[in-house]
Amino acid sequence: MSNPLMGGVESPDLASHDATAHESAPHVPVFAGAVRKELDDLLTRYPTRMAALLPALWIVQRERGWVSEDSMAEVAGLLELTPAYVKGVVTFYTMYHQHPVGKYFIQVCTTSPCGVCGAEEVVKAFLRHTGAADLGLTSHDGRFTVIEVECLGACGFATPVMINEEFIESVTPEKVPGILKDLA
Amino acid sequence: MAEKKMVSLTIEGRPVTVPDGTSILEAAKVAGILIPHYCYHPGLPVAGVCRMCLVEVEKAPKLAASCATSVAEGQVVHVHSERALEARKGVLEFLLINHPLDCPICDQSGECELQDYTYQEGRADSRYRDPKRFNPVEDFGGDVLYVPNRCILCTRCVRFMDDVAHETVLNVSERGDRALIGKFEGKDLTHPWSGNVVDLCPVGALLSKDFLNKARAWELDRVASICPSCSQGCNITIETRDSQVARLKPRPNEDVNKFFMCDYGRLNYRWMNRTDRAELPLVRTEGVLRSIDWDVAIHAAASLLHDARTFVLASPMLSNEALHLLSRIMQRNGGAGAFRVATGEEAPLAGVEDLALRRDRAANVNGAQMFGFQRSERPLESMRDGDVLVIADDDLTGIGADELARASQVIVIGTTLPDAASGASVLLPIANFSEEEGTFTNLRGRVQRFMQARPAPGLARPSWLVLGDLLGALGEQDSFYLPSDVFARIASSYPAFSGLSYESLGMRGLPVLDSETAGAAR
Amino acid sequence: MGFPHPSHPRETPLLTRHFGEPEARTLDGWKKRGGYQALEKALAMKPAEIVDIVKESGLRGRGGAGFPTGLKWSFMKPGDGKPHYLCCNADESEPGTFKDREVMRWTPHGLVEGCAIGAYAIGAETTYIYIRGEFTEPLLRMDRAVREAYDAGILGANAMGTGKRIDIHVHKGAGAYICGEETALMESLEGRRGNPRIKPPFPAVSGVFGQPTTINNVETLAAVPEILMKGAAWYKAMSLSNPKSTGTKLYSVCGNIRRPGTYEVVMGFPFKDFLHEVCGGALDGRKLKAVIPGGASVPIQTMEEAEATLMDYEGFVAQGSMLGSGGVIVIDDAQSMVAVIARLARFFAHESCGQCTQCREGTAWTTKIVERIRDGYGTMEDLDTLVEIGENMTGTTICVLSDSCAVPVMSGIRKFRSEFESLIHGKRVHSVLSAVA
Repeated sequence: MSNPLMGGVESPDLASHDATAHESAPHVPVFAGAVRKELDDLLTRYPTRMAALLPALWIVQRERGWVSEDSMAEVAGLLELTPAYVKGVVTFYTMYHQHPVGKYFIQVCTTSPCGVCGAEEVVKAFLRHTGAADLGLTSHDGRFTVIEVECLGACGFATPVMINEEFIESVTPEKVPGILKDLA
Repeated sequence: MAEKKMVSLTIEGRPVTVPDGTSILEAAKVAGILIPHYCYHPGLPVAGVCRMCLVEVEKAPKLAASCATSVAEGQVVHVHSERALEARKGVLEFLLINHPLDCPICDQSGECELQDYTYQEGRADSRYRDPKRFNPVEDFGGDVLYVPNRCILCTRCVRFMDDVAHETVLNVSERGDRALIGKFEGKDLTHPWSGNVVDLCPVGALLSKDFLNKARAWELDRVASICPSCSQGCNITIETRDSQVARLKPRPNEDVNKFFMCDYGRLNYRWMNRTDRAELPLVRTEGVLRSIDWDVAIHAAASLLHDARTFVLASPMLSNEALHLLSRIMQRNGGAGAFRVATGEEAPLAGVEDLALRRDRAANVNGAQMFGFQRSERPLESMRDGDVLVIADDDLTGIGADELARASQVIVIGTTLPDAASGASVLLPIANFSEEEGTFTNLRGRVQRFMQARPAPGLARPSWLVLGDLLGALGEQDSFYLPSDVFARIASSYPAFSGLSYESLGMRGLPVLDSETAGAAR
Repeated sequence: MGFPHPSHPRETPLLTRHFGEPEARTLDGWKKRGGYQALEKALAMKPAEIVDIVKESGLRGRGGAGFPTGLKWSFMKPGDGKPHYLCCNADESEPGTFKDREVMRWTPHGLVEGCAIGAYAIGAETTYIYIRGEFTEPLLRMDRAVREAYDAGILGANAMGTGKRIDIHVHKGAGAYICGEETALMESLEGRRGNPRIKPPFPAVSGVFGQPTTINNVETLAAVPEILMKGAAWYKAMSLSNPKSTGTKLYSVCGNIRRPGTYEVVMGFPFKDFLHEVCGGALDGRKLKAVIPGGASVPIQTMEEAEATLMDYEGFVAQGSMLGSGGVIVIDDAQSMVAVIARLARFFAHESCGQCTQCREGTAWTTKIVERIRDGYGTMEDLDTLVEIGENMTGTTICVLSDSCAVPVMSGIRKFRSEFESLIHGKRVHSVLSAVA
């Protein structure tokens, strides 16, 4: 009963992130071979195919780094949904990337509990040290995308930061350069 | 049918009794009270999201969304209490803060529920001081244009495509105040019934490209009619501006089309405005067709028909009244008649039982058969040499003059004089479907009335009047002053129609009684 | 215990006593600590007996609403021929709340055990633990625990060799606060947008996949094994205030406080002692100004109110707020209340699903106005408008997100009006425009 959706906290598989994937290239199916098997296993957990939609999209994001329209259409076909339906769902949830993002996707919690502990300064430090021009934009070297995120649910460890699947607690502006250095 | 439990309640002081499970909103309609609403539509599943239909229910702590709250015995509902009015005023204010208020350039203006309810219950001013949300106009494909800035996210369009058309082409994209109606790139609103989303949209967010900037809603005259484009018989409204048909809209009929009509029928109206029409009665004298007054023309036709066997090439677009009169002309000397039907792909609306754009693309195929005309792909084959041929509104597409040559005489009773019939002896110009009234019998044997929407051109007359006069000239006793007289004669002559009258048909029609030709009529 | 701090003597650690012990995460470690005995005991009982014990214990929902858990379980009608579901709400997204995260990180088997007992009690064949997508570590821990439990035969077609089927699946959310609302969670689980549903029908009649469903918070379910082992009377006796609030409650404390963390105290504990003694009080040189005691969607308390509060469902209400999720956000005198409220409003505007008019438009409008006031561009009329918008947003929508957005704004204006007014009349701060100028 392994959960296939775990990117792995200890060893995130970053090599599979493909931020340069080009949209006009023909779509190579995500769900082939072992990945297809993974989806078939998932389907046994739910009474409807639709229920596997969120997990399937997670698989897409794990495999491709983001969820393209082609992938949405592929998922729609597999789950007997329409692409428009899938897109409606994808755009509802904030964690699915609808565009390629940096190799390191950095989410800094700035909701009030962290806000009163200085989260804004942590955001600024990340922007400054990654070279990303603004929130949501990827740095020129394609390595970093920084966003503000709503409550990460670790308010006692202000400021929590998520870098891809890794969760870092109690980040202060002073710790930012070290954190980025460890990623290299 | 099991007896449904009835529930009695009071709405705005009016007692009302409705079946258990009815929503307060529907019960209020029964009591004659319209509770303002946007997302609710009787043809769609309840969403309960616009929150416009909030009413106060005594003993309930919160205001109730009347579309999503079932009636309960003894319930006391206040629609216009201060609390309910305040809440709805709040909803209207919220709906308008990001609305562009561009009514002067909006097609929906004049038939917009946002305008109506704001006028009725809304604030006179806005307290909103911040920038408004903007999203660009998007072509949704088909006949539909989306203007997101006017959208109130009622999701009627999404629910129609999901639950009625069974083709999820539209979605709600994003969330919160960023939400808007979206679709998938490359997947357009091409479903044959998708135009209904424009009717369903209570505001000016979904517009018909065909109708775009054509007319203001208040300039239109509206007339109840039946869609002539297939044998389904969807109830429609013909909307004209300056006597030109500007658009067709579905008219609710629970038994036929619910609230809907297909795009084919909706957009197939330009022929009604054609100007290349036969406008004067013509009779051939000295080898030339010359205009002449109606009496002379009618008698000229009658004299040709008087002793001859008659063959009628009828049109299944003609009314029951015209077809009945034609059949009597045809039968006088043992004649016969036939008709042909244009056909196309059937396109059902999946979510509604027995509703489709039918293969037969004509309104009165069933009527034509009931009145004794043979359906044929080659209708002139059964004509005998020497027959007098009456061409009743068939445009002769695909039929050559040589095929008509077997007839001794040709009489055209139609809206145009087809080239192939240029050798005709008499032309009696008639009104087209939109210019006269009458009835059609749909494929399930339902007889439905349609009304006149625009005047006929020139001296053209309604088909029933022309054919009635012709019968009179042939020595039949009848005089028909009204189409209802013709229908009364049908009702007394055909068992299937017995007991029916224009009055009893009303504007929603009735099924013919017991008729083998009426197919599945009930 | 006040994880990550050592347990305070005045705490009563039941759920939290193994926090910080990596060994407790493993099946063996959990068994060594008495784990799965409660499940074994439960499976030998009749389901109705378990429901009765939970009813008798007085356990109430720990997710926010405080509905009696045993009563909720009794709404399920096993044997009606339909599939039944248990959903564990682990979509902990209420700002200020991170207690469930710790439960899942440190005692994942405790939750598996609670879920299994709950599922058996209500006759649910399948349990879904819906964990928010941002909780990567809790997801990993829970997934491992579930896998271990399957491998050990605790879960599956023949749970603990009793011949009873108990399936538990971990389901990963994808970033939506509203999915913590029970009907939105079920929509999301079905693969839809997380739009809350109109009630009725209630989940026990038509829940996930249209079938009878019970949905419980992580903390609620995790509390069940201990209740079963030690008995309803023992649990019920744990109350310092009134018999309607029993047992222990987890509080996640954050913001401007000396020792932020997850604490566990008995119902009815004095909030004053909790803040100043157990959590260490204000940071050096600062003074506490306000507390949001139950996650971002409950009314803000002044310190006066907070210090008069007994910590239970009724106690917080008596002092102008609510127990909510137990996420205690402490705000000190270095903070601008307007800035705090503006950020909360932005949170709700971001998280509104957008279905209901009042919420979709109201949360965004509220945010714009409060941010404008924060930046020094507000007017006195704005304050009246805010209150009226708030009133229009309260009690008029399908779920309570709309109300939740109005709550901090309305209570903030009521209790800290002078801060709003001084920004309106005074200097402009944090302003983009003034920064440019």
